Amino acid sequence: MAAISRDEVAHLARLARIEMTDAELDHLASEMDLILESVSRVQGVAGADIPPTSHAIAMQNVMRPDVVVPSLTPEEALSGAPAREEDRFKVPQILGEE
Amino acid sequence: MALNYDQALEIYEPTLGLEVHVELNTNSKMFCGCATEFGASPNTQTCPVCLGLPGSLPVVNAKAIESSIRIGLALNCSITPFSRFARKNYFYPDMPKNFQTSQYDEPICVNGYLDVTIDTDEGPKVYRVEIERVHMEEDTGKSLHVGGATGRIHGAEHSLLDYNRAGIPLVEIVTRIVPGTDKYAPEVARAYVAELRDILRSLGVSDVKMEQGSLRCDANVSIAPRGSGTLGTRSETKNVNSLRSVERAVRGEIVRQANRLQAGERIIQETRHFQEESGETRSGRSKEQAEDYRYFPEPDLLPIVADPAWVEELKAALPEKPSIRRKKLQEAWGVPDKEMAAMVNAELLDTVEETVALGAEPTKARSWWLGEVSRLANEKSVEPTSLIKPSEVAEIITLIAAGELTDKLARQVVEGVINGEGTPRSVIEKRGLKVVSDDSALMVAIEAAIAAAPDVADRVRGGNIPAAGALIGAVMKATGGQADAAKVRELLLKHLGQG
Amino acid sequence: MSTPIIHQTAAEMSADLASGSVTAVELANAHYDRIAAVDGDVHAFLHLDREGALAQAASVDASRKAGEKLHPLAGVPLALKDVLTQKGVPTTCGSKMLEGWRPPYDSTVVANLKKAGVVILGKTNMDEFAMGSSTENSAYGPTHNPWDLSRIPGGSGGGSSAALAAFEAPLAIGTDTGGSIRQPAAVTGTVGVKPTYGAVSRYGLVAFSSSLDQAGPCARTVLDTAMLHEVIAGYDAKDSTSINAPVGKMIEAAKKLDVKGMKIGVVKELSGEGYQAGVLTRFNEALDLLVAAGAEIVEVSTPSFEYALAAYYLIAPSETSSNLARFDSMRYGIRIGDDGSRSAEEVMNMTREVGFGKEVKRRIILGTYALSSGYYDAYYGSAQKVRTLIKRDYEAAFAKVDVLVSPTCPTTAFKIGEKSDDPLAMYLNDVATIPVNLAGIGGMSLPCGLAPEDGLPVGFQIMSPALKDELMYHVGGTLEAALQSKWGKPLYASAPELAVK
Ligand SMILES: [Zn+2]
Repeated sequence: MAAISRDEVAHLARLARIEMTDAELDHLASEMDLILESVSRVQGVAGADIPPTSHAIAMQNVMRPDVVVPSLTPEEALSGAPAREEDRFKVPQILGEE
Repeated sequence: MALNYDQALEIYEPTLGLEVHVELNTNSKMFCGCATEFGASPNTQTCPVCLGLPGSLPVVNAKAIESSIRIGLALNCSITPFSRFARKNYFYPDMPKNFQTSQYDEPICVNGYLDVTIDTDEGPKVYRVEIERVHMEEDTGKSLHVGGATGRIHGAEHSLLDYNRAGIPLVEIVTRIVPGTDKYAPEVARAYVAELRDILRSLGVSDVKMEQGSLRCDANVSIAPRGSGTLGTRSETKNVNSLRSVERAVRGEIVRQANRLQAGERIIQETRHFQEESGETRSGRSKEQAEDYRYFPEPDLLPIVADPAWVEELKAALPEKPSIRRKKLQEAWGVPDKEMAAMVNAELLDTVEETVALGAEPTKARSWWLGEVSRLANEKSVEPTSLIKPSEVAEIITLIAAGELTDKLARQVVEGVINGEGTPRSVIEKRGLKVVSDDSALMVAIEAAIAAAPDVADRVRGGNIPAAGALIGAVMKATGGQADAAKVRELLLKHLGQG
Repeated sequence: MSTPIIHQTAAEMSADLASGSVTAVELANAHYDRIAAVDGDVHAFLHLDREGALAQAASVDASRKAGEKLHPLAGVPLALKDVLTQKGVPTTCGSKMLEGWRPPYDSTVVANLKKAGVVILGKTNMDEFAMGSSTENSAYGPTHNPWDLSRIPGGSGGGSSAALAAFEAPLAIGTDTGGSIRQPAAVTGTVGVKPTYGAVSRYGLVAFSSSLDQAGPCARTVLDTAMLHEVIAGYDAKDSTSINAPVGKMIEAAKKLDVKGMKIGVVKELSGEGYQAGVLTRFNEALDLLVAAGAEIVEVSTPSFEYALAAYYLIAPSETSSNLARFDSMRYGIRIGDDGSRSAEEVMNMTREVGFGKEVKRRIILGTYALSSGYYDAYYGSAQKVRTLIKRDYEAAFAKVDVLVSPTCPTTAFKIGEKSDDPLAMYLNDVATIPVNLAGIGGMSLPCGLAPEDGLPVGFQIMSPALKDELMYHVGGTLEAALQSKWGKPLYASAPELAVK
């Protein structure tokens, strides 16, 4: 039985904002099946008493003082923009905007 | 026929919950050192971090943590011994990383409450609004939509992005469902936001300007048939930009939902936008599927473990609660409820207090700030406090009390100070506004007035006191209005044997 | 015949620069000549910053002439992996997505290199966003292993390792998320170190998997690697995970040359089944040399390592799916399909379809799945718990021994194209390097000979406890000296001559 369906892959692609052709979805669904089978080995290895590790080196309370440092110039900030209008990033129409 | 509010309330019971977002007034952003000035030119307050440039990393602003803890303490919350940031993953062009760094299941403050009092048919009643959580997150950039919705050329629309606001620290304060508000849900909502705003202002953690978006309220409203014991599907109304709008939005949403249910339609769980002009809410774009934010602990940031001793210190240093402070001031000043409310609503309570502290009489301080100064500020569309300092108003009031200025002259002094002519003293000097209080100088003018109108003087001598008005007027005219009319009257009547 | 200057170690170049027998500009030019001669075949570089490098070299020469005190590596050339930002210099991460992007800021690693006067020749090729073990996933074509041009140079940092092996640079910077410094070092006969997580700032390192990524030094000798380590390591307030502690004395450790009284643990789980015979032969010979140098060898078992690969292939893709979300064509990078009629959302979808390669998409989808509601606990959550078990295995092992060792990779360099259609086979390459990243400890690979069956380099991995990176240099320096005295010359001197254009 497949661990993941083609429709599920299509849903993931939508969440990840990647357009995919039918052929790509089919191919990825079969690959994902194999990969998931392999990585699901992690399930049940550690008991409920084992805490998860999110950071390899445990530290806490790392903060900076509330001090202003110089920003980029608008020229630098916009230097990589695919499109701009004066000092703003120009992007295609955003759906759902008020 | 459409139901009105009262009719809706006969059939349905409303349920209320509120989410308030507060922009902290830190100097720098939440995760980078960019400035947070409101109204700066586009993209002048951005850096690799808040633009989400590849390779950049966040570092938490210590002041933002402190402010969040103080907010939690002021709202009677517990400060959690361990809290963390997580990533809330969703795509939106005004969010540079396409995830929002936010607290999720491990917020910094939990389980608080705020009591608010509202007037009900049965008199004042206290409602306890329970706070579920207070957590930290970052603001998004601002987008500007270009191209009209009507008569548009296909494809001519686009959006423009300014990331100055992206990364400004936000604190989100989430209430539990507020029980038992019934028909007072709109008033409770308003009173809660107003009280919260006063608390935040007293803490000095935010500008709390709803119109500038530094305090934003989302109102969650649902209704259910009376006595059903169920909860209806809720809507979330955003874009509520004033205290009045909070009340209107909740009221409008209750009416809308009731009418939908009456018409046999169902309520959709959705985001709605409040329309300031109509007082109605409008549907946001409904989502094709439920969002899946795929939260996970932010690997680029470390947990916050607030030192209990530090938390105690912050707690001990909290300012007096605004409700208690208001009560104390009102008693000390002997001001009626209505005038007190006027000062609070005009956001001039602090200013009046400062003016009183500088020696001004409370009633006078209130009337100068809410009267003349507010009128001039209104004309110029600015804040009263930007025009004149409390110390200057206090000085003017003291001069009036000492008889050195009349109310009329004082208005000219205020005008002079606002025009940048200097301190009250120097305005008085430059404009020559000194009250003529020297008795001998006044006597010269009085004798001249009597000489000019001996018949009138005789009538006064004969006991016709009201006739003195003409002589007083002549003296005032002769002194260019700088004499104290009461003083003139006293001297004149005495001189004519009527004192 | 004297050694050509480009064959010298960085330490030797440093001495020559100090004595004035060569200038930084001459050194940079000698390397650019070499690049021009061989990089057509090797393809280690994606971009050469000749102008910037020569200006930096000239400024070092001028400072030296003026009698200023310079850093020992001032004027020594370096190849920079294209995943670190350098102000004004193209940074692509091997992806089409960032084609033409010139960052407006320096990464902290680059800032430290510039401060020391190291001359950055250019940016090296890599698997797209550092995802891969062969550099075949670069959008700009593969890099070839200088030992055999038909084989892979390792990955993701194959450009940096190949540049070293081909004498195109004496120093290089790599980044290591699951072995991307150590595995390329192993298959090209060079040295590479993944420092303790947090030892080198990640600011300006384009994130692949934030909790695993770590930049590190690469060179042809242990000493050169130690010298570079001391330049790039150190606390950085711009990286919250940066460790606020003094940098250890790596150079001193690399020069110790004996391991008397040290206990060295051989990881049972990383040296048996599935490893190429010649790899094990050379590994065991190296152990004998360490015994001769005074070490005691003990076998150590780390039972949870069995699950390391699976945990890694959940954690890294999960973080990736979030880290790579920012590549949406709104603020930088390429934009596809913006014809005026499409919405921002549609343009994002199209750009990400075109801008990302197959492996990157595969991992984004896998990570999106592992984090999605309903699956989080089973996948991401379970993987984070396995991470705890692996950390505990290391802690138990380091309670008994000073360092742990294993072969760096199960095999020598494989053929280009051999595994590109089989992601699972490709992932197996990192089986011995991944546990180090999951635990955040230090790892080094240095060459321990050529496998008898194919004559290709074999890597020897040394793992040290967190914040004790100097132990790797201590053991590595000792082993390298013993091997070189056995061979009579360094391994890199045996590399085949490349055709020169
Ligand atoms: Zn910034």
